[in-house]
Amino acid sequence: MVEAASNVALRATGLHKQFGGLRAVCDVSIDVHVGEIHAVIGPNGAGKSTLINLLSGELIANSGAIAVGAADITRLPPERRARNGLGRAYQKTTIFPKFTVHENVRLAAQARSPSPLRMFGHVRSDAAVHERTVKAIARAGLSSQTMIVADRLSHGEQRQLEIAMVLATDPRIILLDEPLAGMGQAEARGIIDLIASLKVDRAVLLVEHDMDAVFELADRLTVMHDGCVIASGSPQDVRMHPAVRSAYLGDHGDDA
Amino acid sequence: MRGWLIPVVLLAAALALPFVVPTYYVQFASKALIMGMLAMALNLAVGHGGMVSLCHAAFFGLAGYVLALMAPGYDPASLLLTLPAAVLASAAAALVIGALALRTRGVYFIMVTLAFGEMLFFLFHDTGIAGGSDGAYVNAKPEIAIAGHQLLDLASPLAFYFVVLAFVVATVALLTMLVNAPFGHALAAARDNERRARSLGFPIFRVRLIAFVLSGALAGIAGYFAAAQFGFVAPQMLGWHLSATVLVMVLIGGLRSVTGPLIGALVLIVLEEVLKASTDYWKLVEGFIIILIVLALPGGVRQLWPLIVGERSDEAPQRRARSPVAEGRHG
Repeated sequence: MVEAASNVALRATGLHKQFGGLRAVCDVSIDVHVGEIHAVIGPNGAGKSTLINLLSGELIANSGAIAVGAADITRLPPERRARNGLGRAYQKTTIFPKFTVHENVRLAAQARSPSPLRMFGHVRSDAAVHERTVKAIARAGLSSQTMIVADRLSHGEQRQLEIAMVLATDPRIILLDEPLAGMGQAEARGIIDLIASLKVDRAVLLVEHDMDAVFELADRLTVMHDGCVIASGSPQDVRMHPAVRSAYLGDHGDDA
Repeated sequence: MRGWLIPVVLLAAALALPFVVPTYYVQFASKALIMGMLAMALNLAVGHGGMVSLCHAAFFGLAGYVLALMAPGYDPASLLLTLPAAVLASAAAALVIGALALRTRGVYFIMVTLAFGEMLFFLFHDTGIAGGSDGAYVNAKPEIAIAGHQLLDLASPLAFYFVVLAFVVATVALLTMLVNAPFGHALAAARDNERRARSLGFPIFRVRLIAFVLSGALAGIAGYFAAAQFGFVAPQMLGWHLSATVLVMVLIGGLRSVTGPLIGALVLIVLEEVLKASTDYWKLVEGFIIILIVLALPGGVRQLWPLIVGERSDEAPQRRARSPVAEGRHG
């Protein structure tokens, strides 16, 4: 567990979150490294979504600390974390449904531009924003659909759009909350390849239920159960971990 | 080409109007334009920002009261002094009310703005400030004078009309620029999906507050000219009844455009004028007509535009979104 701190993009230590009497996240520490996909798995109710919400700032931890690089972001609201290089894609697609693909991604690119709230000049006149928009759309494989209004896209394309928007904000850390949820085999294939390509010079934290995809993508794996981390390490180590087998993989013990 | 033609024709008609109709109608047109400015101001908050405010009459009335309080007895007030003061007062009120109300959402936001608006109403109604419930007179219309030499006298209905028209044109230009600029898109993004807008990094509280203050300041300009025109201010000018009426103008005109509310205001005011002349039950008839318009044209009378000029609508995509009110019907 002792790692060189140099390539740790996101470090959470001792996160704790309580909802009334329910202990949703308990003493969770996690490092996400540049160039790696760190997957968080666990049964329903294990606290994965709470964890991702704590990291993205939609929830504030009761205790613990979160740092992006050297910057402490523990108490920052989501928009400030985003400007610190944290990008997030949602479990339920939360695009701007009435805007076109291009406009959705342009909003994301605009959010990270030096003057995101400029009051003069047409939005289309910013060349840097335009370039980032076009690049992110191409990267996500949506170049042929730029003028389509987002709510007319298929489910899979909307997930691609989610990722295009995250890319357009040029984050150093990407939080992906179940990017494959509700997707068919063929659609999922494209997204898996896209996710695999994201880790180049970025850190990716992935919450996902599809175990095949997780074991294909993850460089590092953290398993949560009842709000706590029960195992963390390489996918091979975690797969063999007894606590994991009993809590999550069902403890059949016959397919080792 | 057509896109330019219509505004130019309308502007030319507005410029020619005072020379072809009697003075009464020039004053009537001024009044309609002032309400149109108020409706456009409100729509920056409601339509573009998704902030349904029921206190814009308070910003409107407050500016009027500033003029009444600053006017020196029976002499004309200086426009260059009183207008900025009035607008500043409205903007300051919008800053305070917005900063508090924007911590709430949806129905709660509407209720909080309503409460603040009523507080201002009762401030002028129940205390002795500027005549209490009786209101106060603005005896002379403001003027621009340098060293005793009068450059502009709003006492002339013609001059008043052209000044108001100039402010309406400037308001349209300002709002058009804002909604097409990155700021306007950030505002629309916050309206359509607040959570996502925040996660992208937009400081939505600040974006909304800026829009709300600008909206309040523009409402103040309208209120200033309304007080100057009527020569009288009363607490009713700040009341929620007027706020609601302006909201109706916005709905009639269409939430997703800059000039729609201006058209909505003109439609409502002309409608009232016609109905008042023809029946004692004009409010009842007006109500029915408003319901019909809103049901038949959920996007506002601007929806008729393509039918009139025979072109396909090519509005900016965010304007294609259904209005929050229309969405509300589907729960």
